[in-house]
Amino acid sequence: MAKMTKEEVIEVAHLARLAITDEEAVHFADQLEAITNAMELLNELDTENVEPTTHVLQMVNVLREDKSVPGLDRELVLKNVKEHEAGQVKVPTILE
Amino acid sequence: MNLVDKTSSELQDLIHKEEVSIAEITKQAFERIEKLDPKVDAFLAMNKEQATKQAEEMDQTPLAERGPLFGLPIGVKDNIVTEGIETTASSRILEGFNPIYNATVVEKLKAAGMITVGKLNMDEFAMGSSNENSYYKNTKNPWNLETVPGGSSGGSAAAVAAGEVPFTLGSDTGGSIRQPAAFCGVVGMKPTYGRVSRFGLIAYASSLDQIGPITRTVKDNALLLEAISGHDERDSTSANIEVPNFAEALTGDIKGLRIGVPKEYFAEGVGEAAKQAVREALAVLEEKGATWEEISLPHSKYALATYYLLASSEASSNLSRFDGIRYGYRTEKAGNLLEFYMNTRSEGFGDEVKRRIMLGTYALSSGYYDAYYKKAQKVRTLIKKDFDDAFEKFDVIIGPTTPTPAFKIGEKVDDPLTMYANDILTIPVNLAGVPAISIPCGFENGLPLGLQIIGKYFDEETIYRVADVFEKATDFHKQTPQIWEGAAQ
Repeated sequence: MAKMTKEEVIEVAHLARLAITDEEAVHFADQLEAITNAMELLNELDTENVEPTTHVLQMVNVLREDKSVPGLDRELVLKNVKEHEAGQVKVPTILE
Repeated sequence: MNLVDKTSSELQDLIHKEEVSIAEITKQAFERIEKLDPKVDAFLAMNKEQATKQAEEMDQTPLAERGPLFGLPIGVKDNIVTEGIETTASSRILEGFNPIYNATVVEKLKAAGMITVGKLNMDEFAMGSSNENSYYKNTKNPWNLETVPGGSSGGSAAAVAAGEVPFTLGSDTGGSIRQPAAFCGVVGMKPTYGRVSRFGLIAYASSLDQIGPITRTVKDNALLLEAISGHDERDSTSANIEVPNFAEALTGDIKGLRIGVPKEYFAEGVGEAAKQAVREALAVLEEKGATWEEISLPHSKYALATYYLLASSEASSNLSRFDGIRYGYRTEKAGNLLEFYMNTRSEGFGDEVKRRIMLGTYALSSGYYDAYYKKAQKVRTLIKKDFDDAFEKFDVIIGPTTPTPAFKIGEKVDDPLTMYANDILTIPVNLAGVPAISIPCGFENGLPLGLQIIGKYFDEETIYRVADVFEKATDFHKQTPQIWEGAAQ
C-alpha cells in the first residue's frame, strides 16, 4: 500500500501549479492515498503482453494542404483578456 | 394550450396546423423556466432576448423549408461553448467567459433551426456525479428536490425532467449523460466515440468525452442525435462515417434480437430494485421476440480504477490551459508570474477538480508513469476486448444504468470513492468507446431507475430500435414528477 505524505502532495500540487495550504495538503493526502490504494487493484492483472490503448478507434494522421488562412480578428481575441494594452496581453513581471 | 408534454412531432403538427407559433412555444419555455427553475436550479446563463427575436423571425420561414426540429427550444450544457452566451463549465475559473465562436454542435443546432434558450448547470469541468461540484448552484432532482439530479450533466437531465425544455445536450466521459438521465427518468444517449464532433467542448478527458442528447422520448433523442452527428475537420478524432437516419431505425421489430446480460452488472453493490427493474424489462423484450443470455464481462471490476487514472491524467494536461492570462478568472494576489499561475488556479478550481489534477499529475510523473498510467492503458485494452468478444454473439448488452436511484444532496460529497462508485456500470462503456443509452424502466421510493442498453461501435440504430420497443410497451416515460402539477400554463 502506497503511503501519500503531505510533502508529496505539496510537490505534486507545485508541479500542477496549484497553491495549497498545509492543512489542505493533509486533507488531500488522506484522500489521494485512499484513491491510489483503490487503483492498486489493477496490479492483480498480468498485463505483460497487453498493448496499451490510447484511442479506441483506428486513428489516422489528418493532413491538410499547407495553405494560409486568415486568423481571428485581434479585437475579438482580446475580448476575454482582463488586462491588455496596445493589442498585447498584460501579465505580471516575469524577470526581476 | 399546454405544450409541455408534447413530443417534437406533436409540436410540429400543431405548428403546421397554425394552432401554435414558434414564438409562443419559445415564450412558454421561458415562462416555465421562470416558474420552476427557482426550485430546480438547472439553468445558468439565459439567452432570452436573442431566442425571442430568433423565434419571431423563424415563424416567417416557409413550412416546406423546415426540418423536424425547426423552431424547438433546447438547453446546452455549460461546457459547450456558445458564441455570445457566457460559458463557464460551472467553474469559477471561467466566470464571465464569453466565447468568440460556437462549438460545432451549436452550429449544427442552428442549422437544424433549434433555439438555444440557455446554458445548463453541471459538475465543474464535468467532474462529478451529483452536480454538487458546481461553483454556482446545486441543481435539484425534479422528482424529489432533496435529492441530486446526478452528474455531471445534472442540469441537462433535470431541465428535461422538469419539462422546462424538451431537448438538451449533455456530455458523457464516464456516465455523465446516462447516470443523470437515469436519476431524472429521461432518455440520455452517449454516442459512439467519434460520432459527434468535440470541437468547442471544453475538454476533460479527450479520449473518453462525447456529446449526446437528453430528451423525454426515444424518437426525439434519435432526431437530435442525427442533427448533431457527423465528421468535422476541426476535430481530428471525429469519425469520417456516414450519419444514418436514426429515426428510421425505429421499426418496432426486434424479433430475433440477441441480448447479452452481464452477470457483473448484477453484482454486490447493485440494489435489488435496480436488478428487478432490469429483469422485468428483459421479460418485456422477450415477449417482443428478443432472446437473452447471461454473459460475462470479466474485467468490469477494474474499470473504475482504470477510468480514474486515465481521465485524471488527461484532465491534468487539458486543464493546464487555465492560467488566467487570456480569459477567465485572474487572481488579485501575485508578485510574480509563478504566484500568478498558482493563485489563479487555486482560487479558480474547486476541490474535486484539484483532486483529479493532482491524481493525474501524480500518475504521469516520472517513476509512477508505468505503474499507474501505462498500466491503466493496458487494462483499458482488456476492458475493450470484453465488449468486442461479447458483441461477436450478441446485438446489444443490457443492464442497470446505476446501482441505486438518486441519493440525498450532501450524502456523499466529501467521500470521493463512494461518489465514484455511482459510475461503475457506465464507465466501462466509455473506456471501450461503444454507444449506450439510458431509458426509464421503473421506480424505487418514487425515484426513477434507468435501463442501460449498450450497442456495437456506430450501431446506435439498434440501441434506438430496442429502446423504442420498450418505451412503446411501457409507460414509465409518461410519468411526471409532482413539480409538474400547478406548473402547467
